[in-house]
Amino acid sequence: MISADIQTMMPEIILALFAMGALLAAVYTTKDAMAPLLTWVTSGVFVLLALWIGTGTSQTVTAFDGMFNNDGFARFAKVVILLSAAAVLLMSQEYMQRRGLLKFEYPLLVALSVVGMMVMVSAGDLMALYMGLELQSLALYVVASLRRDSVKSTEAGLKYFVLGALSSGLLLYGASLVYGFSGTTLFSGIILATADGYSIGLLIGVVFLISGLAFKVSAAPFHMWTPDVYEGSPTPVTAFFATAPKIAAMAMFARVVHDAFGGIVGEWQQIVAFLSVLSMFLGAIAAIGQRDIKRLMAYSSIAHMGFALMGLAAGTAFGVQAMLIYMAIYVTMNVGTFAFILSMERDGRPVTDINALKMYSKKQPLMALVVLVMMFSLAGVPPLLGFFGKFYVLRAAYDAGLGWLAVAGVIASVIGAFYYIRIVYFVYFGEENDGLDGKMSPVLWITAVVTATIVGLAWVPGINLFGIEVVAQAAAATLVN
Amino acid sequence: MGNLLSLTTFIPLLGAIILALFLRGDDAAAQGNAKWVAMATTVATFLVSLFILFGFDPSNTGFQMVEERQWLLGMNYKMGVDGISILFVMLTTFLMPLVIASCWNVSARVKEYMIAFLLLETLMLGVFMALDLVLFYLFFEAGLIPMFLIIGIWGGKNRIYASFKFFLYTFLGSVLMLVAMVAMFSEAGTSDIPALMAYQFGSDDFSLLGIQIVGGMQTLMWLAFFASFAVKMPMWPVHTWLPDAHVQAPTAGSVVLAAILLKMGGYGFLRFSLPMFPVGSEVMGTFVLWLSAIAIIYTSLVALVQEDMKKLIAYSSVAHMGYVTMGIFAVNQQGIDGAIFQMISHGFISGALFLLVGVIYDRMHTREIDAYGGLVNRMPAFALIFLFFTMANVGLPGTSGFIGEFLVLMGIFQVNTWVAMFATTGVILSAAYALWLYRRVVMGDLIKESLRTITDMTKRERFIFAPLVFMTLLLGVYPALVLDIIGPSVAALVENYDMATAGMHSAGTH
Repeated sequence: MISADIQTMMPEIILALFAMGALLAAVYTTKDAMAPLLTWVTSGVFVLLALWIGTGTSQTVTAFDGMFNNDGFARFAKVVILLSAAAVLLMSQEYMQRRGLLKFEYPLLVALSVVGMMVMVSAGDLMALYMGLELQSLALYVVASLRRDSVKSTEAGLKYFVLGALSSGLLLYGASLVYGFSGTTLFSGIILATADGYSIGLLIGVVFLISGLAFKVSAAPFHMWTPDVYEGSPTPVTAFFATAPKIAAMAMFARVVHDAFGGIVGEWQQIVAFLSVLSMFLGAIAAIGQRDIKRLMAYSSIAHMGFALMGLAAGTAFGVQAMLIYMAIYVTMNVGTFAFILSMERDGRPVTDINALKMYSKKQPLMALVVLVMMFSLAGVPPLLGFFGKFYVLRAAYDAGLGWLAVAGVIASVIGAFYYIRIVYFVYFGEENDGLDGKMSPVLWITAVVTATIVGLAWVPGINLFGIEVVAQAAAATLVN
Repeated sequence: MGNLLSLTTFIPLLGAIILALFLRGDDAAAQGNAKWVAMATTVATFLVSLFILFGFDPSNTGFQMVEERQWLLGMNYKMGVDGISILFVMLTTFLMPLVIASCWNVSARVKEYMIAFLLLETLMLGVFMALDLVLFYLFFEAGLIPMFLIIGIWGGKNRIYASFKFFLYTFLGSVLMLVAMVAMFSEAGTSDIPALMAYQFGSDDFSLLGIQIVGGMQTLMWLAFFASFAVKMPMWPVHTWLPDAHVQAPTAGSVVLAAILLKMGGYGFLRFSLPMFPVGSEVMGTFVLWLSAIAIIYTSLVALVQEDMKKLIAYSSVAHMGYVTMGIFAVNQQGIDGAIFQMISHGFISGALFLLVGVIYDRMHTREIDAYGGLVNRMPAFALIFLFFTMANVGLPGTSGFIGEFLVLMGIFQVNTWVAMFATTGVILSAAYALWLYRRVVMGDLIKESLRTITDMTKRERFIFAPLVFMTLLLGVYPALVLDIIGPSVAALVENYDMATAGMHSAGTH
């Protein structure tokens, strides 16, 4: 019995063992000199695990009496998490090395946080969920303050830690209420307990749980940490924050509300819709004043989380499918955008002021085109990939009778379009100034060009978004039925 | 040729890709090559599109040369043309070589300029051929990207303001349409345009936030589509982006904007609003007629006081588009025939007028009317062509401008005499502003010092105008050329509309 359970959890166990083994090896041998190699190896392990999970069993398997699920939904999320984490790690290697930040702990902490994420999206129990969440968060707090000699980076780490602890507290409090009123922490038990009526106490527990989850996905009004943490952390870390943890948190969100509270959709639906509309508008409006591209991307990610939550707010299988597609698309766009942001520098120092982008197209026509594609895609202009994400969630919201949310969403997307096209304006027809110099490293260049090609051409009939629709549909079907 | 339509649509894209990948350098030779590649591409597109025209059977009112491929979410990549769309396709392919020829003197970032126009051509053709809701939206919206760049990069002094206004204004209009499209997709379970035309959307009244909505869902969806097409068209009072965009855009950009992009709004009304939401159209029809009448009179008056030539022509475009919306929402054979005819003819005339402004702007680098006067003395050929298109713009019988306006007025007269009466004054006003412009720019003595050395049109410039003059005259004296093609499709459209709304009236009496 136990061996079957362990079998189910094998990818997580392997990754955890790899991280710990590599930690020991590095400490007892060459320490930081090993870091570049470790970065590549960790990325390789991520990709291999993603392949393994992606091509493995297509059954739903539960382990440890339902504490841990290996179902289509978890596998979808895990593959996206692993691939995006691998891409970001590869992108960060050169940047970190040049600035003396490439410690051997960095790839390993990322690996440990990825273990946490994998547990999060597979959790079938509030305890397992909390364990995964904390493992992920603790690793991330450290990575955020990786640049120890920088006030901003330390501040980012501290802020992230304090607010993260607060949100964990909220989540735990909610979990304890739910436990108190339903008598179990197992999702499958909670959903049975709510099958015939629920008490107001449970509902309060749900509200606290959702608040804690909203912190993790950085949905307004629990978004305050995001811009500061994005700005203060070293840029590769920011890129990481913007991708894998977001999917993990979103997938965990979907799992909790559907697996545990799928019987009371009407109750949480309004809360999620409220979070969604607030995030979309806040992200769109607050970003207008930003001059720092990392802060801008922080607000952009808040707005995008609002859209993903719109899919979730639908409370249907199609809604979850739309959310998964949205997140996969969001991650693709962010990987490409951050590949470019990582290359922004002048005289060897990183630049984050968007004014430095003026007339970038004269110096680097190809990279300028990549920025153009990414920005219009983030704004949701067809035929680029970002539009299709929006289309799916709008459809899901409308189908679920949330027409007003769809209308609010598209209006927010017009407001948001302003700051995206402002970057295009800087790049293509701003007044020339002493902008960026420096060459892109090959890894960044390839990542940026490949993602831009995907973003630009995925709609072509025949490619059909690489068939993600079917995969996401199957994944959503295992969660909601 | 099973995929003639896709072929036509994507030849320009192919040209753009060739330019982007294989053309290096920015010297004179490279610039020349870029122009020639673009020219060859657009001419090839035109020649291929002739096969569409010759293969088209006007008596068939359905969609022809349909292509279909599986796509996302149960949608299909589907293209096809009918009597309503084919002429817009031909207008686009016919005008694009002239547009490319008109930017022969551009020297800033020529390669990118050509790529932007070729991309734009693909997207415009796609709009007119798409037979899937979402595919249509894709082409419709994607056109904003190259146009934003054309205005922004190659535009005039105030181009940044104009490009942002253009983008955000039209984007806001179309996202509401997107929501309506999502709603339609969800209600009807298909995004196939022919299927949606046959689908009856709910038209039972209901109240929303305490407001009674006559025509129910149909009216709401109609309004969402109206938001998009009215901005694109543009109709008064949401036309304010157009004068800014026109003034700041480079000449070729203005030509494309006026001659083709504006027509997407009118095409949208004909393709979506009338056939899919007949009840909504019937409920809101009178409102549109009055808006159009106001547009015609108001923007003609505004045109009278303009000091910038391009702005004047832009306002005149808004006024002429007023006839188009009026004709469409008269919903009878003459009205819609006239509206389509007016759109085609306006494509030639306004395109030519913007090119004419471009001719003198290239020489003097100003569009101020006051900076000119007495050009006839030094530029007789220019004066002649300008006179011809001024007259066509006014609607002189014998030019295509007359046929469109006359048909529209005839159509509207049967529906609403008051609106017809007000709209007719627009004909007089258009004569006033157009002739006055002509007098101030061309007639009189040449007293301005700066104009003494101005040269007449070159061979290349004359060559650009020849086909436009020819088409304007041809359609003016032999309108059957157009009417025979659009007639049957329009008749079918009107018939379906009458059937759908007749049901509504009888239901209303219960």
